[in-house]
Parts: sequence; structure tokens; C-alpha cells
Amino acid sequence: MPPPAASSRYPSPSQPSGKSEVTDLKSQLRQLAGSRAPGVDDSKRDLFKKVISYMTIGIDVSSVFGEMVMCSATSDIVLKKMCYLYVGNYAKGNPDLSLLTINFLQRDCKDEDPMIRGLALRSLCSLRVPNLVEYLLGPLGSGLKDNNSYVRTIAVTGVLKLYHISASTCIDAEFPATLKSLMLHDSDAQVVANCLAALQEIWSLEASHSEEACREKESLLSKPLIYYFLNRIKEFNEWAQCLILELAVKYVPSDSNDIFDIMNLLEDRLQHANGAVVLATVKVFLQLTLSMTDVHQQVCAIVSVYERIKSPLLTLVSSGSPEQSYAILSHLHLLVVRAPFIFASDYKHFYCQYNEPSYVKKLKLEMLTAIANESNTYEIVTELCEYAANVDIEIARESIRAVGKIALQQYDVNAIVDRLLQFLEMEKDYVTAETLVLVKDLLRKHPQWSHDCISVVGGISSKNIQEPKAKAALIWMLGEYAQDMSDAPYILENLIENWEEEHSAEVRLHLLTAAMKCFFKRAPETQKALGIALAAGIADFHQDVHDRALFYYRVLQYDVHVAESVVSPPQQAVSAFADTQSSEIKDRIFDEFNSLSVIYQKPSYMFTDKEHRGPFEFSEELGSTSITPEVSSDIVPAQQFEANDKDLLLSTDEKDDNKGLSSNNCSAYTAPYESSNISSQMQELAISGPAASATTTQSSFDFDDLLGLGLSAAPAPTPSPPLLKLNPRASLDPRAFQQKWRQLPISLTQEYSVNPQGIAALTVPQSLIKHMQSHSIHCIASGGQSPNFKFFFFAQKEAEPSDYLTECIINSSSAKAQIKVKADDQSTSQAFATVFETALSKFGMP
Amino acid sequence: MMISQFFVVSQRGDNIVFRDCKLPFFSLSRSHPLRFETYHRAEVPKGSTETFFRKVKFWKEDGNAEAPPIFNVDGVNYFHVKVVGLYFVATTRVNVSPSLVLELLQRIARVIKDYLGVLNEDSFRKNFVLVYELLDEVIDFGYVQTSSTEVLKSYVFNEPILIAPARLQPIDPAAIFTQGSKRMPGTAVTKSVVANDPGGRRREEIFVDIIEKISVTFSSSGYILTSEIDGTIQMKSYLSGNPEIRLALNEDLNIGRGGASVYDYRSSSGSGVILDDCNFHESVRLDSFDSDRTLSLVPPDGEFPVMNYRMTQEFKPPFHVNTLIEEAGRLKAEVIIKIRAEFPSDVVANTITIQMPLPNYTSRASFELELGAAGQKTDFKETSKMLEWSFKKASLESLSWFAIEHVIVGGAEHTLRAKLTFSQEFHGNITKEAGPVSMTFTIPMYNVSKLQVKYLQIAKNSSSQNPYRWVRYVTQANSYVARI
Repeated sequence: MPPPAASSRYPSPSQPSGKSEVTDLKSQLRQLAGSRAPGVDDSKRDLFKKVISYMTIGIDVSSVFGEMVMCSATSDIVLKKMCYLYVGNYAKGNPDLSLLTINFLQRDCKDEDPMIRGLALRSLCSLRVPNLVEYLLGPLGSGLKDNNSYVRTIAVTGVLKLYHISASTCIDAEFPATLKSLMLHDSDAQVVANCLAALQEIWSLEASHSEEACREKESLLSKPLIYYFLNRIKEFNEWAQCLILELAVKYVPSDSNDIFDIMNLLEDRLQHANGAVVLATVKVFLQLTLSMTDVHQQVCAIVSVYERIKSPLLTLVSSGSPEQSYAILSHLHLLVVRAPFIFASDYKHFYCQYNEPSYVKKLKLEMLTAIANESNTYEIVTELCEYAANVDIEIARESIRAVGKIALQQYDVNAIVDRLLQFLEMEKDYVTAETLVLVKDLLRKHPQWSHDCISVVGGISSKNIQEPKAKAALIWMLGEYAQDMSDAPYILENLIENWEEEHSAEVRLHLLTAAMKCFFKRAPETQKALGIALAAGIADFHQDVHDRALFYYRVLQYDVHVAESVVSPPQQAVSAFADTQSSEIKDRIFDEFNSLSVIYQKPSYMFTDKEHRGPFEFSEELGSTSITPEVSSDIVPAQQFEANDKDLLLSTDEKDDNKGLSSNNCSAYTAPYESSNISSQMQELAISGPAASATTTQSSFDFDDLLGLGLSAAPAPTPSPPLLKLNPRASLDPRAFQQKWRQLPISLTQEYSVNPQGIAALTVPQSLIKHMQSHSIHCIASGGQSPNFKFFFFAQKEAEPSDYLTECIINSSSAKAQIKVKADDQSTSQAFATVFETALSKFGMP
Repeated sequence: MMISQFFVVSQRGDNIVFRDCKLPFFSLSRSHPLRFETYHRAEVPKGSTETFFRKVKFWKEDGNAEAPPIFNVDGVNYFHVKVVGLYFVATTRVNVSPSLVLELLQRIARVIKDYLGVLNEDSFRKNFVLVYELLDEVIDFGYVQTSSTEVLKSYVFNEPILIAPARLQPIDPAAIFTQGSKRMPGTAVTKSVVANDPGGRRREEIFVDIIEKISVTFSSSGYILTSEIDGTIQMKSYLSGNPEIRLALNEDLNIGRGGASVYDYRSSSGSGVILDDCNFHESVRLDSFDSDRTLSLVPPDGEFPVMNYRMTQEFKPPFHVNTLIEEAGRLKAEVIIKIRAEFPSDVVANTITIQMPLPNYTSRASFELELGAAGQKTDFKETSKMLEWSFKKASLESLSWFAIEHVIVGGAEHTLRAKLTFSQEFHGNITKEAGPVSMTFTIPMYNVSKLQVKYLQIAKNSSSQNPYRWVRYVTQANSYVARI
């Protein structure tokens, strides 16, 4: 086709109406309409193209409607297509034209060329003229029965379009039933795929007010239908495969044979070059393992699934465009954070490459932080230190933060502290700033390092630090360690003298507190500075600064010792920093694997309205499929608790809704769990029902081989018969637990090591709960995510109603468990702790 | 309903293609009329295109960070991939699979390129009716129907208006074949899969490209910290009659390393090519792959990856980079960069650039190249404090009788000395302030993995007697970094 003349393609802005051209076109079209001369189609094509290009730039060419339709009485498909484009655009706004168009398209729906039948049908269904829907029924009905598969695929989507124009017309014509029979019997894979897509959409929307649709929707998940699709999955194109895999995700397998059958059927889908197919397959695998009932089998399956999917995902990350890598990497990120130990030896894959976009680098830094453990920390931190000198300042900052996070989650921080201190020697503003903030956090958790850090920090000139966060961190250290830093009072004094120039309220607040702390330690040197600070603070225009200064002033006036105990209480190490995301939210995101939730790291309810939640609204309504692993993996039919569980889960959701908003800017830390805020913590944790009994079957599965840990299974210590007999059927409702926890004092705090098998098995925190239950220690609430898991347990003496309440925090990267025990009968709490330790030591052992 | 809208935006923010998938027809009355004409910018209504472009352009106030490929503005999710400077964008309100949409966008770009031969604003404008025709068949009511050029061929009837290849910019890895040696035709890059040659007859040919992108990080002491090869066997077929093709790879090819860590270099005793992992195009049949490492397939029309592979087995890096920084007085330092080509002398590398960030307080850099360094260029970028050393095409005058387009011959060694002047005294360690050295290059007809296509067999029933077969290798630097 020769290109149209330049003038017609790009009319200059000086002829916005193009009236004369349109009149001209009209007469030319009229001439050609009746002509049967050879080559007439070519001339028509040129004219049509002109008309359409006018239309696209906004010139009104509706006046040639009649001529266009007349000229389209041809078998030339290119002409037809352009004409459909044209009529589709003008028919809607003009009722006279709509009727004309419908007649014209209806005629074409009976054309002998299947291509024209299909195109006309597609155009007809896309007109969206609500009062003319009855004209669609005939053509759609015959389209669905057409002997050409192209027409049928279009007709199926046409039914869906009709449903969106007028749902009642579509249902009354019983199109869904027709689609269902097509889906089961049509020979063309694309027809079948479109039927599935259309039916899923229609029945999901209908389900809210029709029981029948509800049943139909659930029938899509029946075993024969799922196998019907999965057995012939290779006949479908890659996009339809994704659709089928999404359906399979919602299927609840009947037993473990069922699970393994599906996994075997889909195994080769992991080798597909299309990342969407691979991720959809991965999701099916992950969901299937969640529905396993046997704990040991489940742990085994999860570990082997992770091992199996690792390599294909890494290949996808490196083979696609940066955008595609990002999508895959986000999902790997989720898996890595969930099961860091499985990826611990693959850390080099997450090293940043020089030319990667920053959104990829950021994800990789987070992953490196997550998988750092005793064996690879040295290499990872060395690599991260290289990035600290990176040209991209944002990445350099992130890398330093990553080093700090690793330091905070490890017990052996010796080497890392050295590295952090080296950062300070680089004398780059932003490096110093980031490092100061980290050193502060580190000192709060590991005060034993204060000596090394303070000597270096003391050498930093406060003049070189501009960023409020860093300045605040430095000031905090000056106050906290005033006794170790000889010139602390003088640095503070300097800063206080420049009060007026300090723009950040955060810094001024810290300055007040630091001056107070310094005063309690070195009163003579600080008295003057404190006076200035309090005066300036009380005169401060910022409400918080003013209030704090006034409060300090008054409490000092009242009693200096009281002031000291308020402002500068004995130091206490922070054992765990408050997490920004609750485990409930993390589980939600995991359930929404292969969706935007993973990219945004938020569950879908935080960024979509209900109607657009896609496949997930499906699973919520079903209820029986798992919202959280707790519900599905409960072996015991603890029905009396189930309703209760759900209520609790729901109330947690609502709470999270509000929390999600505030948690973003909430960087505050919380002190170690104190009894006063325990109730709110409890609500954040998913409360799992105390199931009655769980007998873990002895499987011959050998965890060591699978993980390649190379450790011989430690001989199970022969437990001396516990002195304390616990009641295997103890019960305590969450509210009573909360109340007791608040009332009782801590009678015992201890730390135990957890064996590597136990840490591995902790991939599924539920398995610990079940394990402890078999030792008559029941879980009432659990939460946290790797590496920190938190559990609340309770137990009851066999003979008398005397309770033991335990908080247990397990850090999987350090393999340590910290427990706090509270007991009605404090004299026996040591005996209980022994029982607890024995039980814990057997966790993960076959 | 999955995808609501699809559009293509140029780097300047011009809307090139716009499609509302829920309303498959043009709709001028709606808030997003289709626009080709971009001359009247004021007329373009505020809509998702503008929202998208503003968001991408000003992702951060300072414009430092790149916008991620997926973001959410007021409940609308925007997905984009960048292909030759054009943004291919899809929007939806539904919580869809992100990989699916990004993969689709990439695929749409490929289909359009298969048809038009070249992807740029001009080819889009000349073929807009065709592009819409394609889009209608790819997405119907937000659901993907097909993305295969082969399948689309039977539904799409407009013929592409090809633009002159002279105006073309290199766009994909295979583009290097046009600038490389004379041994192979460069037409595969710009030739439309569907259009006929001017002569009316299509030339029967098939291209198989083995493209390997390598990533290597050298430690400051020169040993390899990490290395990886990401390879693709890419195919583009112009054969008529869809004959079956058999592609034989090395017989000693192994996949997977069992339980061993992938970075365990013990197995580098020359026991063949070991891939960590690979994946295949859906048309590939692996019936005899386990026994004789042969892939069989009926290649669909259009360009597609037959196989992607990943390898961390040790290999010999093609370039050795040696960097030295010496302090020379309080305000001066000297940088010496030495590169050595570690490949055979009948292989040549081209488009080589070496970059190194210098300390922030560098005010001047003067360069000293070795004797006879024709075609080498050095530069100090004042604003980014970046040292750049590139090997451009040798000028024709200096090599009047033989147009050498490549610049580093295997075995050669080149040195650059740069004298730096600082605006302030440096303290501490200068090596922490500069580097790392990074390198980009392309080496045609060379692959580091030693993966080979042993033979390419076209089934007898092919209509033509003897089609042309091109098997081409190329190695490219993905991230080639030497720390100092």
C-alpha cells in the first residue's frame, strides 16, 4: 500500500475544521461506491485511511457515514476493518447512525468469510448501546455455534461484553450455560480459555445475589474440571496457561496423592521462558504444600519446592529485561524473607550489578540483609561496604543501612562494628550521617560496644553533620555516654548556643534530653548549658519542644532524683525493634503471591477497592480455602474454636487497616515488651486456636540430607521423666491469658539454643505449635517473621488449675530462643522451664 | 477484565498509540481520545498518559532514581517497559499478575517490531492502522488472546509501510551484526517478518544468534569475585512452509549442578559445558534432548528466544583490567588503566568504553595514550567526575584501504595514563573515593561459555532447496567491573 500523501496525514493546525476536505472526501467516496472497476479497492483504502486519520486528530467526519457504509459492501477485509473502526466511533453518539450501523454489522455477521463474521461480531458487541442489546442476541447465539473457531472465540468474549452492558439480558438468554458446555466440549483451546475467563468473571459477579451462580462458581474448582484443564494445559497458549494455573491455585486437593499428581503434571511448566507462567506455577506449588496435613511431610515438601523453584526464578531474573527481572525479583524477595536459610548459599546472586536500575538494587540489598547468617555475613558485609562508595548516593545510603540491619540481627557483631566505624573514616557527609544513625541503633541493642564506638564517634565534628536524623543520633549518644566522652558537655553547649539556627524540631528535642542526661552525669560542666537549653526550649515556637522543656523544668524543680529516674533510667538493651509489618500482613501478601501485592509489599485491600481485587475476592468468599495457613493446616477439627478464630482474624484485619497508614512514618522504637502494652501486641498476633491433640507421625524423612547441613542428627537427649505433669487438655481463652499475663510478674527469663533442625522446621511456624502441643504446651498466639518469631504458650498442671504462661522469642539466624515464664505457682516455674526446654530441644527431630 | 488501557509514549511525553481495551473502538467523546497528532499539545486532554509521564519523569524531585516499572496512582496501576526509548504502558485497576503484564508489553513490542521491521515514532505513525489492527487481535476486552506473530498473520491484513533502514538506530543485541564484520548480512534486524522484499520473492533464510551477556566482578587484587553468563539462543525465521528444525548443541552439555553450590568452582576441570539452569520457548520439543542434546521445533514467524540459559561455571574473562592509583604530591594523583584482550587474535572486539568515577574534588584530568593510539578517545566529564576512555571507529583516512571497524584485536594490550589535579587536599584513602572501573564491549563471533550449535538441520519438506542459515555468536558485557 503506498503511503498517503504527506498533507493528508499531517494536516496543519491552520485547518482545524477540514470542512472542504470532508466535502471533497464525500464526493470521492460516492463516486467509488458503485464502481466495480479494477483497482477500485486500492483507491477506497486510501480514502478510508484519510477519513480515519482525520477522525483520530479530532476532525468531525461523521457526515460521510452513509458513503462509508456503502463503500464497505466489499470483500476486502482491510476496508472492512477500517470501516468498523469508523462506525464504532460514530454510532454511539448518534442514535440514527447506531441503528444503521447495527443493520450493517448484523448483515456482515452472516457473511461467508469467517474473518468478516468475526470482526463484525466483535464490533457489534463493542458498540455498547444499552437500549439496542436485543439486536446482539441473534448474532451472538449463532456466533457461539459458528463452525469457525475464530468467530467462536470472539463470540465468547462478546457474551462477556453483553454481560457488562446488560447482565440480565445475558443471564436470561442463558448464555453462561452455553459457555459452560462450550468450555467442556470445544476443540479449540482459545475458545475454551475465553469461556473460562468469561465464566469466572460472570459467576463471580453474580455470586453475590444468586445461589446458583455461587454453586456454578464453586463447580469450576471441582476435581474433574481442574484435571480436565491441567491434563491438556500444553494445548493452550502461554496466556491461557496462566489463566488455568490461577484457577488451579484455588483448588483444594483431596489428599496428598492429589497434591503430588498436580505437582508432577505441572513440573515442566517451571522451564517455560515466560515468567508469568513460571510464577503462576510456583504459586500453585506453594498453595499445594500449604494444604498438606502431615507436618513433617509438609516441611519436607516446602523445602523441596523452594529448592526446586530457586533455579528457574534466578534464570528468569537474569534473562529478561530489567522490568521483567524486577517483577520476578520481587517474588524472590518475598520467598527469601520467608525462608532465608534456603537461599543462604546463593547470596552471590543478589550482589548488585554495576548498571542495574536502582529499583533492582534496592530489592537486592534487602535480600542480602535477609539471608545474612553466620556463614556468609563476612562476604556479604564486605560486598555491601564496596557499595558504600557507590556513585549512586541513594544506593550507597541503602547499603550502609543494610550493614546496620545485619549488625542488629546478628549476635556476633564484632567485625561489623569495625566496618561501620571505618565508614566514619571515609569522611563523606552522607556516609557519616547514615552510619551515625546505625551506631546509635546498635548501641541501643548492644550497649557492650559503647566503648569502641564512642571513641570514634567522639572524634566526629558536629559541624560536619547536617542531616537532622544523624545530628539527633549524635546528640543522643552525647547524652547517653556523657561520662565516656570527655568533651560531651562542651559539644552540647556549642550546639545549644546555636539553638536559633537549628531548624529541625527533632534535633532540638534530642538536644533537650541530651542536656538533661549529661547534667545528671556531669552536673557542674553542664549546668549552664542546660539552663540555656531549657530557657530556649520554653520559648520555642514548636509545641512539642516547648512542652518537653517545660516538663523537664518542672520535674527538675520538683525533685532532681525523680527527674533523673524519668529522663535517664538505668540503661536497658532493646532486644527487638518494633516491626513495621505484622506477620498477619506478611501472610496476606504471601497468599497473594503472583500479584501486585508482592510488588507493593502491601496486601491488596490497601491499594485496591473491593470490586477490583481480582482473584483474591474469590478466595476470601470461599472461606474454606486458606486465608492464613493456620486455618488450613489445622489437623484437628477444632470447630468450636474456628468461629472464634475467624472473628479474631477479622478484627485483626481491621486494626491493620488503620495501622498500615500510620506505620509508614512510624520509626519509633518500642521498649521490650512491657505488661502495659501487651494487649495491643496480642491483637497484632494471629491468635491460633488451641487445638486439642496432635500426634506427629514418625516419618522416615531425614532433614539433614535435604538441607545439606552435613550435621549428624544429634542424639536425642534421653529426658529424665519430667517432674512436672502437665494437663494435655488444658484450655485458656485468649482474654484470660491477656489478663493473667498483665497481672503476673516474670518469674523466670532464660535463653536456649535451638538445634539447626528446629530452625529449619521453623519455616512453618505452625509446626512448632503442633510440636509443643504434643508436649502439652499450648500456643495461644504467634507471630513475627524470619528471623524473629514470637510465640505465647500456656500450660496447666495436671492435677490443679495452676497455669504457666510463656513468651518465647526465637531468632532463627542466631538459633537462640529467649523465654519469659510467668506462673501462678512461682515455685515450680523452674520445673516448667525444664519441661519447656526439653520439648523445644526435640523440635525438628524426626 | 484485566487490562484497561494500553498506550505508547515517547521519551518526550508524546502519546503515540492509545487504546482503551474496555472500549475497543476509538472514542473521541471519552476523556482519552486517541491521538497520533502531537503537534497540538494543548489539545491533548489530561488523562492517564499525562499522569503516567509526569510520574515517570519526576519520580523523585531530584530526578535521581528511576521510576520502578510498576506503580499505583489513585488506585490505577501503571506498568511500563522501555523499548528503544519508547514507553509501552498498560493500566489496570485489578490486582493482576505483574509478570504477566510486563511480559505482555514486551511481547507486544516484539510483535510490532516483527511487523514494522523497525520500532520508532516514525514507523508507528506510518502504520497506525496496522498497529491498532494488531492490538485488537492481541487483547480483546482486556484478555490476552495471542502474542504470536505466526498466529496473528492470519488475522491481520494491513501491510506494513517500511521505513528506510538508513535512519535506524541499533536497538537490540542482534543489531551489532550490522556494524560488525562483513561475514553476515545485517538485514535480519530491520527486515519485517511479514513484508515481502521489493523483488516480490522472499529470501529463504534463518538466523540463529547465540547472544551471551557476561557479568564479571574483579576484586582489587585482580581475582574474580563473581562471574555469570546469561545466554540466549535467539531465532528469526524467514522460511516458508514452516519446516521442522533440529538444533544440536554440545554433546557434553550438562544442566544443573546437583546439590553443590553454584559458586563452587571445583568442577572446572574441563568436563564440558555446565549450565546452572535453562528454559525454553513453548514451541521447543525436548524429546531427544536428554539423549543427544538436540532441540527440535517448528519455528513460528517472528523473532523469539529458543532457549535462555544461565551459567556460573568458571570461564576466561575476555579482558583483563589493571588499575593503579598513585598519589603524586598533595594535590595530584596519577591513574593508570591497563587492559589486555585475552581472546585469540582472529577475534576482534568493538564498541568498547571504559569508565571510572574519580574523586569528587578532582578538578582536572589530562590524558596520555600510548603511541599510535588511533581511534581512542578520552574524556573527563566535569559534572559527574567521570573518566571515560573509548575505542571508536578508526577514521577512514588513517586506514584508507581497509575499513577496520573493530578496534581491539585479540591479544592486544592498551594503556591509559591520566594525571589528576585536585581542588582540595585528599585525606584518607584515595582508592575509596574513586572507582570501580567498568567496561562495556561487544565481541562478535566469540562466546565465552563454549556452548555451540553443532548443526542446524532443516527438514526436507521445506519448499526451498537450500535456505540460507546463519549461526552467529556474540559476547557482550553486561556488568564488567574491576574494583580498585
